[in-house]
Amino acid sequence: MTLPGNPAPRSMPPRGLLPTRRNDTLFQVVCFSAAMVLMAALFGLILSLAWGGWPAFERFGIGFLFSSEWNPVTDEYGAAGPIVGTLVTAFLSLLLALPLAVGVAIFLVEFCPQRIAHWLAIAVELLAGIPSIVYGMWGLFVLAPWFADHIQLPLLMSVEPGSWLDTLFSGVPNGANIFTASLILAIMILPYMATVFRELLISVPPQMREAAYGIGCTSFEVVGSIMLPYIRRSAVGAVMLGLGRALGETMAVTFIIGNSHGFPKSLFASGSTIASTIANEFTEATGDLHIAALIALGFVLFLITFASIAGARLLLGAERYR
Amino acid sequence: MTFDISQADQPAMIIDPPHDRILDVKGLDFFYGKTQALFGVDLPVARDKITALIGPSGCGKSTLLRCLNRIYDLYPGQHAEGQILFHGEDVLGTRRAPGGLRDKVQLAVESAPPIDPVEAEGVLRVGGDLARLRARVGMVFQRPTPFPMSIYDNIAFGVKLHRRVSKSQMDEIVEDSLTRAALWDEVKDKLHQSGLGLSGGQQQRLCVARGIAVEPEVLLLDEPASALDPLSTAKLESALVELKDSFSIVIVTHNLQQAARISDYTAFMLLGRLIEFRPSTDAFVAPETEAMRDYVTGRFG
Ligand SMILES: Nc1ncnc2c1ncn2[C@@H]1O[C@H](COP(=O)(O)OP(=O)(O)O)[C@@H](O)[C@H]1O
Ligand SMILES: [Mg+2]
Repeated sequence: MTLPGNPAPRSMPPRGLLPTRRNDTLFQVVCFSAAMVLMAALFGLILSLAWGGWPAFERFGIGFLFSSEWNPVTDEYGAAGPIVGTLVTAFLSLLLALPLAVGVAIFLVEFCPQRIAHWLAIAVELLAGIPSIVYGMWGLFVLAPWFADHIQLPLLMSVEPGSWLDTLFSGVPNGANIFTASLILAIMILPYMATVFRELLISVPPQMREAAYGIGCTSFEVVGSIMLPYIRRSAVGAVMLGLGRALGETMAVTFIIGNSHGFPKSLFASGSTIASTIANEFTEATGDLHIAALIALGFVLFLITFASIAGARLLLGAERYR
Repeated sequence: MTFDISQADQPAMIIDPPHDRILDVKGLDFFYGKTQALFGVDLPVARDKITALIGPSGCGKSTLLRCLNRIYDLYPGQHAEGQILFHGEDVLGTRRAPGGLRDKVQLAVESAPPIDPVEAEGVLRVGGDLARLRARVGMVFQRPTPFPMSIYDNIAFGVKLHRRVSKSQMDEIVEDSLTRAALWDEVKDKLHQSGLGLSGGQQQRLCVARGIAVEPEVLLLDEPASALDPLSTAKLESALVELKDSFSIVIVTHNLQQAARISDYTAFMLLGRLIEFRPSTDAFVAPETEAMRDYVTGRFG
């Protein structure tokens, strides 16, 4: 292969040069194929999800997204409950985990003595390494009962019946609900987000820190006004990573969310997410329409994930700096 | 470099400046962990003059500069011993409290008005005191480091740290410091664009403007022109010369012509020692020590 501007290949290679550059062409082809395989897998997945879920979309139309009626007995399927459950738990868990993750990262990078930082880093890694089913078990057997006894019940007792707080906190006091599911999710995404935030903070050029300290900033001002703004762009990525994980997390949530269909009625009410519904019902789904509805749910989850990534890109595009 | 190490063992050759000393470095040793980088350095810094630090790479110029505002404090393991007097008080606070706690940097509150009178009362955290020290001994680094915000905010940010000013006062301060850094004409129409969009030379002058907006008494510059083209360098130099009426400047430079052009005093360093300190007018024609003569005539370095 010749590049423009290069002399045409001669039959006799110049002394010291290898006869051909064919390896390079091969290399390009291999890389290109790898990229193509990825694209093919992606589109194959989308197509088969859409194809498999089609009967459900055909039968219920757009109402599939807005109806909260999910009843395998009457073969009525509406995805609104799991969709809302997915969005609410993901959002709540982000809300809980984000400040913690940022705090942990700032502490590790800016204030923590070297020796403790080492142990903390190991702890964070361990937290990330625990399989999700273990989180689920812990949530169901430890967190949920504790939460029911020490938080949910006292809260229910203390709020005025009929007030909006009562509505917010109502629900069967067994600790298996939207909120505890979000709590577990938060714990699960915390180490990922903390690790990424830590890497990001470390990536701030030392000159930038020095310059900020150099005009008389305190640590708080350096972190808050210089370092966090400096990484905000990539920070969106860290958040998206957490969000992606929270959206798709299956086992732990299935254990603790209570698995009831329909809209979650309060913060402490049971509910379901798309992933937990699929995990719960796929093995028992017998009707064709039931299976199609579950696949359609998978397709919707894909769309939500896609939308969150696209949203992040859009946000990044609107950034004014850098 | 062909240099005989014994030359560095001679006592430093210091011509005392007949001026007020705003900073006075005495017997300064500096350590990166266990490695010693400065050996008993003495350096007088005359008020409202430009002092140039010259010497071959690795001789400790940056290290010395970084002691003056204790920026090295950000890195555990680096420490300095000796004295750096600023308004008669030791910036280093090298004395250690019995418990091994770091002493507070006690700045002379009386000799110069504190920036924030409320803050000056009572005992402050070390961090807080260091922040005040650094507001009074400002620094501009080798690579331009605009903050990730607009040109206007780059300057306003530092000012807001230390003073409460109205919007119109702030506008004035921004214009004034940009003018003094010889940047105003180039950016006056785009004050609210990102500082990162400027050219390297403009960014560096922005950093100078940011530094002087805080109104420090001393301005430290570490090879501020080394990443700049000749035109930007000339602009920066003329800005510095203008500035010395109101600031005491210490500048590290590799460029001897630059040192000769703009500085009043020149300090020559070698292998972590200060070898010679004298008025710049004769530093480049009649150095006393053989080492400095070799250096300025280009025989090594
Ligand atoms: N962060 C550091 N850790 C260890 N040694 C350092 C560090 N920075 C500089 N040094 C050493 O200290 C000496 C002086 O360095 P420096 O002050 O940067 O020299 P200059 O600015 O004159 O080129 C050099 O020998 C250098 O290797
Ligand atoms: Mg240097």
